[in-house]
Amino acid sequence: MTNSSSNRSNGGSSVWQARWALFRKSAAANWALFAENPVGLIGLGIILFFLLLVILHPILLNTVWDPNVYNPINGFDPQSPVNPAPPSARHLLGTAPQGQDILSQLMFSARNEFILAVLAATVTVTMTTTLGAIAAYYGGVIDNVIMRIVDLVIMVPALSILIVVSGLFELSIVQLALVIGLISAFGASTVVIKSQALSIKVKPYIEAARVAGGGDFHIIFRHLLPNLMPIALLYMMFSVTGAIFSEAVLAFLGLLEVDMSWGIMLNTTRNLGFILDFSNRWYLIFPAGLSITLLSSAFYLVGRALDEIVNPRLRQR
Amino acid sequence: MWSYIGKRIVQMFITLLLFQIATYILIDLQPGDVTDLLIGNPDITAAERARIAADLGLDGPLPSRIWTYLTNFYTGNLGVSMQQYPRPVSEILMTRLPRTFTLFMAATILSFWLGYIAGKFLAWKRGGAWEYASTITGVTLFTIFTPLLAYILLWLFARQLDSWISDTFGIDFDLPISKFNTPSLWRRAPYDTNTVFSWMNWNFFAIVMIILIALIVSNYIPRRYRPALRIGSVVLSIGGSLIWWAFISGVGLYAWDIVKHLFLPILTLTLISFGGNMLLTRTSMLETLREDYIETARAKGLPEGVIRNRHAARNAVLPVWTALVFSLSNTISGGIITETVFSWPGIGATLVQSVSVSDFAVAMGALTLIGIMTLIGHLIVDIGYVFLDPRIRIH
Repeated sequence: MTNSSSNRSNGGSSVWQARWALFRKSAAANWALFAENPVGLIGLGIILFFLLLVILHPILLNTVWDPNVYNPINGFDPQSPVNPAPPSARHLLGTAPQGQDILSQLMFSARNEFILAVLAATVTVTMTTTLGAIAAYYGGVIDNVIMRIVDLVIMVPALSILIVVSGLFELSIVQLALVIGLISAFGASTVVIKSQALSIKVKPYIEAARVAGGGDFHIIFRHLLPNLMPIALLYMMFSVTGAIFSEAVLAFLGLLEVDMSWGIMLNTTRNLGFILDFSNRWYLIFPAGLSITLLSSAFYLVGRALDEIVNPRLRQR
Repeated sequence: MWSYIGKRIVQMFITLLLFQIATYILIDLQPGDVTDLLIGNPDITAAERARIAADLGLDGPLPSRIWTYLTNFYTGNLGVSMQQYPRPVSEILMTRLPRTFTLFMAATILSFWLGYIAGKFLAWKRGGAWEYASTITGVTLFTIFTPLLAYILLWLFARQLDSWISDTFGIDFDLPISKFNTPSLWRRAPYDTNTVFSWMNWNFFAIVMIILIALIVSNYIPRRYRPALRIGSVVLSIGGSLIWWAFISGVGLYAWDIVKHLFLPILTLTLISFGGNMLLTRTSMLETLREDYIETARAKGLPEGVIRNRHAARNAVLPVWTALVFSLSNTISGGIITETVFSWPGIGATLVQSVSVSDFAVAMGALTLIGIMTLIGHLIVDIGYVFLDPRIRIH
């Protein structure tokens, strides 16, 4: 009895060991491919830089920065009563029109962007892969219904819907992420993932799984979805780009009720009429504007690099 | 082919209906209705409020309200604006639609054409500094935060370049930084802005038509007359219109004012879509250049220009044209942002403005018009595809 159970546990762990080894091997191979491409590395570097900002912000507030002065939302520095003030030793990127430290605002907003990005991308990827797999696997009416909804969503510019939704409901960052995720889940990526799923569906191992008595649920979640993951990961990157961009635009247009974000920083600058004063007030315009551009393009670049791994056809022309 | 187009039109109409129903339900999800605005008014009792709601048809079940909304919409009744009461929504939108349409068409055509030409040459000159420069430019334009790009262009053209030109040459362009016209100038104008603007649109349409017809006709005449006809049609139609606007129409000054206000929004929107189109043409062209028939053309000893323009580029344009379906909605989103940044009163700016003051009758109208514009855009792309790809025509 003990013998057989120990055998089983041995067998189990060796399966996991084998899986881990396989995973490490494929990860190493993919990393080598990814590292070949400077574009992807640049993107990854930018993302890591912003992650560093996110991590450093609470540490700085607890150690070096006085929380009253450097609070990103309502901080005020008694030593610099005239705001907005240009960069100085105390405020490396200057201060905002209401007296907050711009670097602190920038770092604090980066956290919001990452929350939004991760959440929106997760929703999108989970939903597109599931929808694409289901549409491809069942076909018929289910496929038709899903694809007609996709047609409808592709047809309408997502931004116009987001503008109306954010005007109707007061959205928090999390709710906005869910809405963006949901809209892009029914976007073009579903079409691509469905066509990918269709080509996997006719592979022999799916047939084998069915012959071995696997149910629909088992086949979809154990065989179809894992094989869709690489391409889903790719679309995850592009959907992050879209999510960051949409949030920034909505905040910039003043339609979003979040405490602080890069878009809101630009919105304040615009409302107070500093937005065209490039030579004197650049620190009110470029830190926020370039952060939005850099972070969203970083995810786009990583997506492009992943594209070359996922679609070997594109490699080294 | 006609049955294909007919089928697409029917499909498009069904999509539009579904879209309208979806947006109605979206608005309906919001708690409360318009009579809630009267709650604070002591003169209006709860019973009176219920009567107003019944008058407006707000007490019926959802399907009947959707039916009312749709029948009203298709009989041209889009409600009245709350903000500019009692101006009908259709009137507000109709004065703004031609502007957005022009902006959108100009930017789409320009960016597609420029992106096609740039991508074609970049794929040809593969490698080296060109490749890096083009990729960086393309990705930057593709991912830059649109308002930032708009402000950079505003600063560059309307502030720096404008003052530089007036300092050096003494010519004052006075490039405006916002709005659709200069009110102080138009106060003495014999016609209103929209009239002059519609003449300009018709004039532009006529120029395009003349050039197109000349291009088609030029394929059926002896080869040596072709350049004369092609160049002649371009010079005559554009030159003739310019002369008409400047000396004969009497409203040349006003038209110039509109052009000045149009310049920066069109430039911004063109640049936004240009990056994506260029990158895509380049990729698709690189893929086409590896095809066997390109090798054959080379082996035949055809000139480089012929291989590039006739053999490769014409096939490479197909995926770019297909991608227009997706980039159309990008361009429209970009248009909303551009119009807002430039305070340029088109449909997009109207949408943002009406949403920010909760004027939902206008917002819904604007949203539906944006949907219709995208749909028509898709239809044009589909029909264009039939002409571009003969394989579809035969099936």
